[in-house]
Amino acid sequence: MERPDDFEKRREHLKALSDEELKERFWQLAEEIVRPLYDLAWSHTSPSIERSVLLRMGFSSLEAKAIVSGLEKRGLLGKGAGRAVLEYAAITGTHYLGAGKALSEGKGWEELSRRLGGAPR
Amino acid sequence: MSGNELRLSPNEKMDIQKILEDLEHYRPRRKGWVWREKVAFQKIGPFEYRNTSKGLERSVPLPAAKYFGGIDPQPDFTITTEIASGRFEDDLRRMRMAAWHGADHMMVIRTAGQSHIDGLLEGTPEGVGGIPITRKQLRATRKALDLIEDEVGRPINLHSYVSGVAGPEIAVLFAEEGVNGAHQDPQYNVLYRNVNMVRSFVDAACAKKVMASAGMVQIDGAHNANATAREAWKVMPELLVQHAINCAFSTMVGMPKENIALSTVPPTAPPAPCLALDLPYAVALRWLFSGYKIRAQQNTRYIESDMREATVTHVLNLLVSRLTSADIQSTITPDEGRNVPWHYNNIAAVDTAKQVLSGLDSLKELVEVKRDGLIKERVRELAERAVLFLEEIKEKGGYFNAVASGFFVDSGYYPERNGDGIKRDIDGGVGAGTVVPRDPGYMAPVCHHFGYNKLPEGLSKPCDLIGGCTLCSPEKIVFIDELDPQDNVETRLEKVRKEKEAGLIRPEVQWAGDGYITMTMFFAEPADVAEAAAIATALKLGLEEPLVIHKGLMHPAEGTLIELKARVPVTVRRDELEIPEKPEVLSPDEIREDVRKNPMTVVAATVGEDEHSVGMREIIDIKHGGIEGFGIRAVYLGTSVPVEKVVNAAIEHDADAILISTIITHADIHKKNMERLHKLCVEKGVRDRFILVGGGTQVTDEIAKSCGLDAGFGRGTKGIHVASFLVKRRSELRKRGEGGK
Repeated sequence: MERPDDFEKRREHLKALSDEELKERFWQLAEEIVRPLYDLAWSHTSPSIERSVLLRMGFSSLEAKAIVSGLEKRGLLGKGAGRAVLEYAAITGTHYLGAGKALSEGKGWEELSRRLGGAPR
Repeated sequence: MSGNELRLSPNEKMDIQKILEDLEHYRPRRKGWVWREKVAFQKIGPFEYRNTSKGLERSVPLPAAKYFGGIDPQPDFTITTEIASGRFEDDLRRMRMAAWHGADHMMVIRTAGQSHIDGLLEGTPEGVGGIPITRKQLRATRKALDLIEDEVGRPINLHSYVSGVAGPEIAVLFAEEGVNGAHQDPQYNVLYRNVNMVRSFVDAACAKKVMASAGMVQIDGAHNANATAREAWKVMPELLVQHAINCAFSTMVGMPKENIALSTVPPTAPPAPCLALDLPYAVALRWLFSGYKIRAQQNTRYIESDMREATVTHVLNLLVSRLTSADIQSTITPDEGRNVPWHYNNIAAVDTAKQVLSGLDSLKELVEVKRDGLIKERVRELAERAVLFLEEIKEKGGYFNAVASGFFVDSGYYPERNGDGIKRDIDGGVGAGTVVPRDPGYMAPVCHHFGYNKLPEGLSKPCDLIGGCTLCSPEKIVFIDELDPQDNVETRLEKVRKEKEAGLIRPEVQWAGDGYITMTMFFAEPADVAEAAAIATALKLGLEEPLVIHKGLMHPAEGTLIELKARVPVTVRRDELEIPEKPEVLSPDEIREDVRKNPMTVVAATVGEDEHSVGMREIIDIKHGGIEGFGIRAVYLGTSVPVEKVVNAAIEHDADAILISTIITHADIHKKNMERLHKLCVEKGVRDRFILVGGGTQVTDEIAKSCGLDAGFGRGTKGIHVASFLVKRRSELRKRGEGGK
């Protein structure tokens, strides 16, 4: 879009505002613009977010990468990588670190998919 | 470094190998940012300061400090240096040098392309234009900084980037490894790295929450609009908008205002009347964003190869910082327009900041930025233009739509639009289509996790489910050493070690012994001829890979200044170097105290048929810093004085010492005069009474001693060297029961 500088015309409605009112308006608009972005972030996740969860659980970056790509491949990322690992640990009755390691090595995905797929939505 | 406990010793090089040992068990000593300890009013040396912080225990002061008792006032602002050589092990040495000069914020630039890598890197591969940020690299760097901060006596902040498509993981890595600050701004990803906008904002919320948990200071990415816009001053309204979006998003996620720093650059540079544009902008920013921190960056947009020009622009930027405010003063190396910064230019930039900020101390007690007229008009106008920008984003249906229609980095002065802004598609970019909704059963059993999280009820914290997460139980962190057996720090150090053990020395500018030097040449030729002549000259000198890095036009026909870099094809051997022994000098106060207790008289003359008086007067005269300044009484007999007369005068004045100067040296006349002085004193039976000193351009201590004197002083001698020697020698002789009165 091309447009000449029509500042004088556009600013008509701002003219009467005091400096403090102008500042208030600036921040109010900024907050209104980021609110939907915040809501989007609140309700969504991504591969990097899920790997960050696995890192915090004590997995290596290599294990986290393998587990998250397994989840992505099966459309299970929205369940949360942390939950997935804990579910697999429950299925196998093992410690979650061992369960996650097994998943990172390609083991157990069928059982896990069945368990998570069948979980009530 | 010495002993089992790792500690730096000022006269020893940092042992990188020792830093790399046992990294697996290293834990950072603290998390979070540390500000300088400001001192509202401080006496340092003979002066009063109002804008300084607690001083350093060890440092390299500015060169002129020697005239003021060696003071090294540390300004109140944190000072940043950006370090990016591609080899982190060499950067550690650079950080140590920078810390000694006054930097306490080490900003580590990432290797090209890391922002598009979907995951973490491990090990220590070599980088391009920066370094691969990895756990091992961060650990080694933080460990080295622990030692360096103990050495200088001030906490040092380590900083890098939480951006790109792996933001949340990097934020966790940084929180685990005690990184103290980071850039984080989803807009930067979208506009400059073409990361998908949905991915960028969803990731950012998660990353910011983790950063906040570790008390990290966040710096935004708005300054990049200055660096990319054609006319950088026209993006000022947009810069206010970009800062606002990142600030509002960050505080909403839970990051405290006082940990959010706005990255702001004075947008223009001379010959533009930059202060008239930059100052109102700086005032507007600090007014609209009160409560946030200011990271004042220096201008790079208009910097090319002229380091003098760069430095002057940066001085003006520092003036804006002092006239308004800054919490973090970043520095840009003066060679940034030429090459990836060289280490000594990091130091130059840090010194420029320290020098200017010290020089402008108390400025606000002297001058005030006007609140009316030009400033008031421009501040108001900028704020209104920014508000209009925000209004139009809303009208467009929000941020994503605005980006998709090319709102940002348009070269028009908003609301003017030139239609050349950066456009991004909501479904495009790196990482597009990777974001998914969280399922109602979504769960993450870890702390400081942003967003919807269906945890079982009754937990005191989320990680109770797994017996602790790495942020609460760091022993759970998994350390990976190296993944690549070739491309790692060990193989690089091996080569350096071999050369070092062989005692080989080569110059360097960024990596250990890289062999680069610069040469400055002037040719009385036009620019194109001068450039070719410079290359040809360098090749004839035997230099390798010569490259012109700066051309300065003096006159179209009369001449051109050329600066050239090249590699030297030689090494020198440390054990073959002739290094003159440095005389140990007493402090001026020690000398004065000794002379006050035991007055000292010397008789001095230029001997033989020699009319030179300059050298001797420099050594004696109080106004040249000579020995009289220390309270020593000097009887100066003049020039062309016979040696016998000098000895008689010394006896007559009951002197402690005789100083003779011989400048003329043909037929070894200087040696003969010195020998004659010694023999004559022996003949008269007074040799034990006097300290005999010879001086002159060709005299050395060795020659003088071989002629029977106590000491000789050559070129470059100052009064303090002679005074110090006389005091020490007199006390030695007294202890041995020889000589003296």
